[in-house]
Amino acid sequence: MKRFADLHLRVPLKDNPKAESMIQKASELGYNLVGIPLSPQTTREQISQLRHICSDTKVDFATRVNFSPRTPNELLQSLRRFRRKFEIVAVRCHTKDVARQAAKDRRVDLLQFSVTNLRKRFFDEAEAELASQALSSLEIELAPILQLTSFSRVRLLSSLRREVATAERFKVPITISSGATDELFMRGPRDYAALTTLFDLSMSSALRALSDNPWVTVERNRKKLSADYVAPGIHVVGRKTGD
Amino acid sequence: MIKREKRRYLALEVVSEQPLNEQTVLYTVQSSVHRLFGEYGASKANLKLIKFIPEKRQFVIRCSHKALEPVRAAIASTTEINGKNAAIHVLGVSGTLKALSKKTRNI
Repeated sequence: MKRFADLHLRVPLKDNPKAESMIQKASELGYNLVGIPLSPQTTREQISQLRHICSDTKVDFATRVNFSPRTPNELLQSLRRFRRKFEIVAVRCHTKDVARQAAKDRRVDLLQFSVTNLRKRFFDEAEAELASQALSSLEIELAPILQLTSFSRVRLLSSLRREVATAERFKVPITISSGATDELFMRGPRDYAALTTLFDLSMSSALRALSDNPWVTVERNRKKLSADYVAPGIHVVGRKTGD
Repeated sequence: MIKREKRRYLALEVVSEQPLNEQTVLYTVQSSVHRLFGEYGASKANLKLIKFIPEKRQFVIRCSHKALEPVRAAIASTTEINGKNAAIHVLGVSGTLKALSKKTRNI
């Protein structure tokens, strides 16, 4: 049985009952893992509160941070400061320089692009080639597809179709997430998979983008963040306790 | 020999605060399919309302099995009913009503 994940559930951190109902809804819809975006200033108490809600609803919780840097240097600074504090790092690329830097940096997990300004979607072949070498994924949020209407949705779908084809050609993993800020924009994983057929992602790839790809990212990062991790392929298998 | 068209039954649940009736839910699904896939796509979907349970806000529709994914996408893309915010979730899909009722139990 597939384990589904929604790596971008935008729950309001200050509204606990709403956060709880959204996490509960995610569990009911069949998700086993939710990634909740936090600000770098989020306190440990807030995180433990969310972790508590998730464990009550039997959903795994992954901490996530979204960076929107204006320059590649700003991105590097943020990564240096916060990479080890969060399980998932997503970068919203507003400029081409930032997009290229994010794609080649192995510390970046997810690449996001603007949904309203399609000129700022920089996922072309060069970007895909860099991303495929650095193991970063292309993240596609589906809430904007539900929210946009008529021609803006048509343009977004057309853009996504092109990007998905490029990603598949260069073997860049695709991650589908909801990006939902409200329960009404949350859908089940199979409904999302059906929605992705609108931009020609096959059903099997869509299900992989909702289950295997996000889980691989989270599990890889959890290993890296654990105290036993030394370097890629090397980890501590046991420690000597006293003499 | 003419081959019988295969069908799929979908159990759906509406999340909305407004009162609903059979015509409204069927019209919502039909218009979603029409909006996304046009008249040609809607004609291939062959939609029919089978059952409606207003107190549970659940209903069952039937569609052509070849049009299952487009219909599911159209249902997922529904964000409002009669101009008010709403969502429709798919509770289960099956090839027969009997199997669907086993799957969803409460329908």
